[in-house]
Formats: sequence, structure tokens, C-alpha cells
Amino acid sequence: MTGLRSWLLRRLLLGAGQTAAVVLLVFALTEALPGDAAVALAGDQPDPARIAALREAMHLDRPAAERFGAWAAGLLHGDLGSSLVSGRPVSSYLADGFGPTLLLAALTLLLLVPLAGGLGVLAARYEGRLVDRLISAVTLAVYAVPEFAFGVLLVTVVALHLGWLPPTAVGYGGELLAHPAVLVLPVLVLLSRPVCSLARLVRAGMIDALAAPYIAHARRYGIPGVRIRYAHALPNALAPAAQQLARTVDWLLCGVIVVEALFVIPGLGTVLMNAVAERDVPVLQGLAVVFAGTAVVLNLAADTVVFRCTPRAGVVA
Amino acid sequence: MYDGPVPHSRFPGLRRRGFLAAGGAAGLGALALTGCTGPAASGDAAAGGRPRRGGRLRAAFAGGGANETLDPHQANLFADVARAKALFDKLADFGADLSARPRLAASWEPNAGLDRWTVRLRKASFHNGKPVTARDVLYSYRRIADPEKAFRAKASLEPLDLTASRAVDERTVAFVLKRPTAEFPNLLAAFGAYIVPDGTKDFTAPVGSGPFRFVSFAPGRSAVFRRHDDYWDGPPHLEHLEFLVANEESARLNALLGGQVEYAHELTPTTARTHEGKGQIEIIRLRNSAMQAFAMKTDRPPFDDRRVREAFFLLADRKELVQGALSGAGEIGNDLFGKGYQFYADDLPQRTPDLDRARHLLKQAGADGLRVTLDTSAVAAGFTESAAIFRDQAAKAGVRVKVAMGSKDSYWQDTLDSGTLCCYRSGAMPLESHVSQRLLTASTTNATQWRHKDFDALYQQAQSTRNTKDRAAVYARMQRRLYAEGGFLVWGFADWILGTARTVHGVDRRAPANTLDWARFDKVWLA
Repeated sequence: MTGLRSWLLRRLLLGAGQTAAVVLLVFALTEALPGDAAVALAGDQPDPARIAALREAMHLDRPAAERFGAWAAGLLHGDLGSSLVSGRPVSSYLADGFGPTLLLAALTLLLLVPLAGGLGVLAARYEGRLVDRLISAVTLAVYAVPEFAFGVLLVTVVALHLGWLPPTAVGYGGELLAHPAVLVLPVLVLLSRPVCSLARLVRAGMIDALAAPYIAHARRYGIPGVRIRYAHALPNALAPAAQQLARTVDWLLCGVIVVEALFVIPGLGTVLMNAVAERDVPVLQGLAVVFAGTAVVLNLAADTVVFRCTPRAGVVA
Repeated sequence: MYDGPVPHSRFPGLRRRGFLAAGGAAGLGALALTGCTGPAASGDAAAGGRPRRGGRLRAAFAGGGANETLDPHQANLFADVARAKALFDKLADFGADLSARPRLAASWEPNAGLDRWTVRLRKASFHNGKPVTARDVLYSYRRIADPEKAFRAKASLEPLDLTASRAVDERTVAFVLKRPTAEFPNLLAAFGAYIVPDGTKDFTAPVGSGPFRFVSFAPGRSAVFRRHDDYWDGPPHLEHLEFLVANEESARLNALLGGQVEYAHELTPTTARTHEGKGQIEIIRLRNSAMQAFAMKTDRPPFDDRRVREAFFLLADRKELVQGALSGAGEIGNDLFGKGYQFYADDLPQRTPDLDRARHLLKQAGADGLRVTLDTSAVAAGFTESAAIFRDQAAKAGVRVKVAMGSKDSYWQDTLDSGTLCCYRSGAMPLESHVSQRLLTASTTNATQWRHKDFDALYQQAQSTRNTKDRAAVYARMQRRLYAEGGFLVWGFADWILGTARTVHGVDRRAPANTLDWARFDKVWLA
């Protein structure tokens, strides 16, 4: 167990370093982009005097290192700073965007795991037969369709043509949960590709595991097939799927820009889009902290699951 | 009262569900949900008829995300302006021909020198019942002109001497100007020059004098307003007005088609063509809303030679540009700003392509085999398309145009002083503002680097001419000069396209974007 604990500690320290690097990189890249918040706000009226006044009001006339230093010092006290444009705290931007994002991610995940796992196990069980070929073909085909295309198709057919569901979530803002009908199409679009990729991974993992010598040995001991499949083969099959699942959750939590834009859901992806367009650097950095932190924690969680499911991974590492 | 979507001819029952889901979101409870038994959307409804009171109109705009504010002086986007004009008033606003119309001002009267203007306010009250006074006007203008701040209207109010200007009585303001300003009423109508109550600094629950009162606001999501019954210009027909933010055009269109909103701002020409006259939604084209041009820098080669500029005027096939770059949603231009606006010189002959004369002029200027870089960017609709089309048109006369894609985010700043030729567009404003912002020696956004003392003098002369007819003659002289040798190759004027549900009436069809009757929801009703 000490091995696991020191490994966790090392990974956490590494994660903190990675987060810091991401934040620094985001700041440097934003600085390198042409224009800044003042130029973006001035738009097609680039009156030099007004741009200079805006820069001064936003403290953009101070050197980049000084601005980053001030922000980083605030971060150490848990202060993410405030928006250049509105002056409101960055934390309120993140809080506003996090609700819809979390809701979509949770719903998607809730359906994703049993659906993908079930399809994968089913396909593996009937390997090479009609069910397997059907599942494999359909998952491959759906996986090949980009989200926006699938989304546009669903909106056109299900919402506009048939009128079964509302086409967008416009006007529901923060109260999405009170109107579950508006969530159906976005969740379907979000589910479409992850279900396919995960189901295929679970299927491949199961087939591999079922063909392994230890399963054959377990059969020789006369252990029932159900127990072999779910208690012995499935944990091994889950290892690659767990890492893919972590990546999916990361994608869901870090703002699914296309789906948010298509269905007008004001989540973190929308916050990110607006912050980039307005060059609102503190909001961007706040998002970078959250996104990098999420990625680190999720990958760590996935690796821990793999560590527990398949102890041999620890030997290799 | 009916505020649901247009009944769907094929699946009326199914449609009803979408409506109830949408109606439930209102969350205000002030609006009883009536069933979806609204009137059949037929021909008689389209004709309009008598305005009906009540209902809630939901309007979808592209927005500014969580950074949005209801501070009218910070208005920047169309959505900001639409919300600001629902809550607040200006002293004047622009009619469809961009001439100033009195709003909170009842009248304005200059002295003989045109540098002192007396403005009398009409009897109007803020939402809290307090009257709109001269003090409120001076406070608002001083706030905009604050040297510490960078409000957009500051440049427009620059001619005002606000220290010397004073309140004569409750409803009279004596404005002192730094120089004769015949077009003073334009200042009162300037973009963002709204009147707020004296001392207001916090706009989280704003109090204005506009047709609607504040109810709620979630930046980047929605703003809900309610009718102001004591509005000086007559109370609005609508009970509630809700602004919703949907940044993607497809989302605004889908929400309109699906009955989730009744008004969608800023649709594309393709959408307009698909849905125009199909009966599902109404498409409204606001003509002359955006000038489309190429800006030539007149102070540097090759465009410092007026023969080259004239040759470029003759290279452009405007019809092809309007068809190709605007998908036909617009009219051709004649190298002058403000087609259809007050003082526009519409007596000048329409330019048509003349490649022989263009070649001849270029040869005379020693510029045959000319190579030019045309800066463009995806910053506005039709920019990259117009650049590619013009490149091909110029090639026919042996001019090699290289199209350079610039950054979308700093395009306007990048092209202000650098480069030689760039794509350009402008929203609606009076001719006087176009000249003062872009064509004088001291102009801050002089994209064609047009700096001529005699032209400045003509502008000053116009500003010192009280009689409108005489002033029009001076503007005509200035425009003849620009037509002959100016730096703006104005090839078109784009339509601004809106979509409404068929239940919506009273939407003005002539007002260019940003003028008084554009997004004027106090005159709109639901049938």
C-alpha cells in the first residue's frame, strides 16, 4: 500500500506542475495572439485614443510579467482574479458555466457506462455472430459521424420536422433540469461517439481476456460462466476502457463547444468561446486552471482504477 | 392572448408539446398559459390589423456572453443597443434616412453662431416616477465624456463643452459647443448617448425612461422587461419582452422555427432565401444597413495617384460583388456612403465597369502591371468573398491583386494605418458622422488617410450653415469630390435580415440597423 501512496503523491505533485505549466502556456499564447481585450472591445471603431484609454482602464498597459505575477499571487490565496471586461470575479463565470456543463456530463455519463459496457459485453459474448457484427458495424458507422453533423440532423428531423422535442435550450439558462425535454437531443449527441468507442474497447478487452490462459484455467476448475465473465474477465477488459472513459469525462467537463453552441446551452464551452473572442485573459486563465486540474484528477483516477483492476500494470510501471 | 409558436400544419398536436415546454420557462407567472388554440396564422394576420395589447415577445440576438451589462453607455453589440433602447431613451434618435428625430428632447434651437443650442425636454418620467430633468441629461453626458473612462459615445460628444453647458431650468438645457455645429441634433442621437437618472453608477437593476421596465437579467442568457405604462410615447403593446442570447445563426433560426422565440435578429441571406414567402416565418430585410467597400490608402503608392484610384473604381463590377459576396442581399454602391440617407448625392451617375478606361488610366499613371495586396479577414460577412471576387475582376485589366488574410480579432486596428487596400464596412450613421469620424485631418479612424485642408474647410462650412438646403449643397460638393477621387470604393449596401414568427406585427421594414425604428419593440404586437 505504501507503493500506491507514494505513487499517488508523486502523481499529484506532477499534476500540480502540469497545471501550472498549462496556465503559463495559456497566458503566453494569449499574449502572442494579435490584439488584446481593448482592441477586441473597440472593434470596428479602432480610435487609438479610446484603445489607449481602455488599456489603461484594464491595466493592460502594465508589463505582461507583472500582470501574470499579480494574478498568480492572487491564485495562491484562492483568488482567480476578475474579468477585464466586466470587472466581475472570474469565479462567478466558472460557477455560472459549471452548472449546465456538469448536468450534461452527469447525464451523459449515467447513460454512457451501462450502455457502452452492455453493448461491449454483448458483442464479445457473441463474437463473430450476427449480434456482434451488427453492434460492431453500427458503432463504427455512428463513430464516424461528427457531433455537429449528427446534431444538425437530429434538430432538423426530430425537433423541426416532427416537432417532438424543442430544437434548442434557448431561454432556459440555468434551469435546464426543470425542462428535461430540452436535454434529450444534446445528451443524445454527446452520447453518440463515446458509446461507440467505449463499446468497441470493452468488446476487444473482453475477447482478449476470455482468450487468456487464466480464464481457460478457471473454466477447468469448473467456475460458472457468468462468474468468469463478470468477476474475472470484465475487470481486465475495463482497464483500457477506464482510460478512455476518463478522456471522455474530461471532454465533457471541459466544455463541449459544438453542442453548447448548437443547442444554446450556456456552459463552460460558451464561457471559453466568449473569453477568447474578448481576450478576457483572467477568465481564460481561470478556465485553464479548472480544465488542467480536471484533466490531472481524472487521469489519476483512471490510472488508480487500472492499478487496482490489473495489478500487473503496477509491475510494468 | 397567444404567445406560442405558429401551429404546425402537419403535426399540430405534437407541436403543442414543444410550446408548453417553452412557455413553462417563462418562470414569471405573470403570464397565464393559454392553450395552443391561437388563431390560425392566415393571411389576415399577416396584414396586421389593429394592435393587440398583451403577450410576451422573446427575441434572440447574438450576445456578449457573461460580460454583458445593462449600462447603456457601455452598449457595444446589437443586443446591448436593443436592450438599452427598451430601458432608456436618448434626447434624439435617427429616422430611416438617418436624420435626427426628437425623442426626450421636445425641441432644439441654436443661436446665430450655431455654437449654443438650447434643448427643451418633453415631459417624461423614469420608471421610479421621477421626472426626466436637465440635471439627468447633464449627468449622463458628463459620465460619457469622463476622461477617466472610455465610453464609446465619448468621441461623438466631443464638440460639447460640458463644463460650460448648464441647466437653465428643470426641463431646459443650454449646451455650449466648442465650435459651430449645425448638425448638433446628431450628437443627441449618437450611438450610446442614453439618458440615465442623475447619479446612477450601478446598473444591476437599471431605472430608465424607456418603454420597458427592468425585471431580471442574466448576462449572456436572458433579460426580461415589463411594459412601462406611463411611457411618454404611449405604452408598449407587449406586456413582457425577453431578450435571449443565441450566438449561432442556426440556433436563432431553429429557435424561431421551433417556436421558442418570436423574433430572430441577424439571419443570413441563405436563410432568407430558403424561408422567404414560405409561410412558416416572416423574413424582413432592412435595406441600406451596412456599407460595403474597399478602402484605398490615399497617402501612399499606388493610391496616392488619383488616376489609380479612379481606375480601381472602374475595375469593380458591383453587381457581381453584391451577387457573390452578399448572396444578392443588398444593392450596388456608387463610391459614396449613405445611399438613401439624408444629404446623399443620388444625382451622380452610377459607375459601371470600364476596363479599357481603367487600363488607360493605369498606364497614364505609370502603373501598368500593378501588384497590390488586398487585406481581408473573416471579421464580417462577405469580406473574404468580396476580396476573391475583386481579385478576379482586377485581373481582367492586368492588375494583380494578392489577397492577404488577416487576424479577425485585430483586423480593424491592423488596417487603420497599415497596408494599402483593405475590405471595409460601416453600419448606418449620418453622412456628417461618416465625414467627421473618417475623412477629416483630425479624424481618429481615417482608414483611407484622406487628409485635405480644403475638404476640412468644406466640412466646417457645412457645420456653420444653418439652412438645410444650403448645407445640402456643401455636402453635395464634398461628395462630388469623394466620388471623383476619394479612397472608398463603395461597391454595395447590405441588407440586415430579421426573422419573426407570423404572429408578430408592427416590425418596421425600412429602418436600417441601429436607427430608431430598428428593434423597436414598443411598437410591436402579437396577434
